[in-house]
Amino acid sequence: MELNDLTIAEMQDGLRARKFSATELAKAALAAADRAKVMNIFITETHERTLAMAAESDQRFAKGMARPLDGVPVAMKDLFCTKGVRTTAASHILDAFVPTYESTVSANLWRDGAVLLGKTNLDEFAMGSSNETSFFGPVENPWRKLGDARSRVPGGSSGGSAAVVAARIAPGATGTDTGGSIRQPAAFCGIAGIKPTYGRCSRWGIVAFASSLDQAGPMARTVRDCAILLQSMAGYDAKDSTSADLPVPDFATAITGDIRGLKIGIPTEYRVDGMPAEIAAVWDRGAQWLRDAGAEVRPVHLPMTKYALPTYYIVAPAEASSNLARYDGVRFGLRVPGTGDLTGMYEATRGEGFGKEVRRRILIGTYVLSAGYYDAYYLKAQRVRSLIARDFQKAFEQVDALLTPTAPSEAFARGEKSGDPISMYLNDVFTVPASLAGIPGMSVPAGLSGNGLPLGLQVLGRAYDEETVFRVAGVLEQAAAFAAKPEPWWVKP
Amino acid sequence: MAIDKATVAKIARLARVRVGDAEMTSLAGELSKILTFIEQLDEVDAAGVEPMTSVVQMGLRRRPDGVTDGDKRDDVLKNAPDAMAGFFTVPKVVE
Repeated sequence: MELNDLTIAEMQDGLRARKFSATELAKAALAAADRAKVMNIFITETHERTLAMAAESDQRFAKGMARPLDGVPVAMKDLFCTKGVRTTAASHILDAFVPTYESTVSANLWRDGAVLLGKTNLDEFAMGSSNETSFFGPVENPWRKLGDARSRVPGGSSGGSAAVVAARIAPGATGTDTGGSIRQPAAFCGIAGIKPTYGRCSRWGIVAFASSLDQAGPMARTVRDCAILLQSMAGYDAKDSTSADLPVPDFATAITGDIRGLKIGIPTEYRVDGMPAEIAAVWDRGAQWLRDAGAEVRPVHLPMTKYALPTYYIVAPAEASSNLARYDGVRFGLRVPGTGDLTGMYEATRGEGFGKEVRRRILIGTYVLSAGYYDAYYLKAQRVRSLIARDFQKAFEQVDALLTPTAPSEAFARGEKSGDPISMYLNDVFTVPASLAGIPGMSVPAGLSGNGLPLGLQVLGRAYDEETVFRVAGVLEQAAAFAAKPEPWWVKP
Repeated sequence: MAIDKATVAKIARLARVRVGDAEMTSLAGELSKILTFIEQLDEVDAAGVEPMTSVVQMGLRRRPDGVTDGDKRDDVLKNAPDAMAGFFTVPKVVE
């Protein structure tokens, strides 16, 4: 078996048994990255640091002092600040930004011995569902439709992280999820990914998009690998007052394979008009798998579902316009002199530094927060957000977890939706409600469409109950037995 | 609600984002569509509902009120596009 095909759990076993070294794993990963350049997965490569970190891991193995993730290559979404390594948020305005500090999530991974494998591409400031808004160009999905050589989007915003795992370059990667940015690309690329409960991972050192929604999480090929990575990433951080001051449970041991007696809800309102038959079919199949495994599956109601996206497209741009006010051409990032006075410099810097989608969202956010509109839009959205969260609370009085499709379609072709913001936003129809409520959600590969493209199922759980999410996701994974791999068309013979 | 070009210009000014004239027209159309989409919320009666301001209600951990960080002037200035003599610089704002 190729080293790149191993899961994180298998790598850990092999490293401990000294079957291969961290340096060998790192070299195999770097070689795979070099072969796959055409997909535009990385914004910044870190070959030297990768090899240096792997060498340190090997020294710890030699001394018998290995840490839990020692030698495991992990690609970082380029939204996590990495000390001394350029961090761009896929934006022109940060394209020369080299942080002097390390994000808490990445620091936690390095503390446990993980090896940095480059900074992955994303939608600019994580605003997008297709990775097409990156200043550094779009990422290509390793998967292609059968008999069709056109580029497919990897989903977004964590598109590079999803592609790097699906293409078997890295066994795992970090993502962030504000409205679906871990789960939707995971589904589009045929891998697993979890957005934990808001607050489970520290947001310190992550370039901010919408602070009440942003949450970091792992992406990997198996449910267990996601649990292993989240174990290291999660935890209270004094530097983020919204991080949860709670013990981190042992996520991997939650994957027992036993869901007998568990109650699973199927939200009736998620069966939206025009849902493709294949999506409905994979959802029904998922429900049957859970029934077969001994769970009790029943319909539940989340009546506010249809208002989640409109709520999100008030709350997220409002918070973004406020967060992105910091890019002023003075303290860090790009500066464009413009007309020469201070306001002209601000306007020129921000006009040139932000891409089209980011400008659009800043303007929407500014509008809904502006005098005279604040109550009608922002405050109203915050009230509806309470109602959406209440829907979930009520549902979780009846069931232990919910099962839904992750995305309303398979991966679409590049350019297919970029002309119409609303049709792009609709991609997140199944992921956004959980983001607003702050609850954990995980996407698991469930099968292939008739076009040969991956489809994902989403498991949602109660706040801080990632354990049940992992338990249910593990059963789905086992039943789906998803073993398909993308044809490596990017490898030249 | 339909947004016209003048409104786009006003909010672009508020947001300190320069927008070209041609883009202003297309943005007026796009923002109008997005606002119409958002205004579905008008159907919801949320009177008396507390606005959600935090995802999970949780008390904050307290710590002694002490200085725990600092002396990082050079770090802070390291990414400034035009730092000088230990300061950020801006275009001249007073005559």
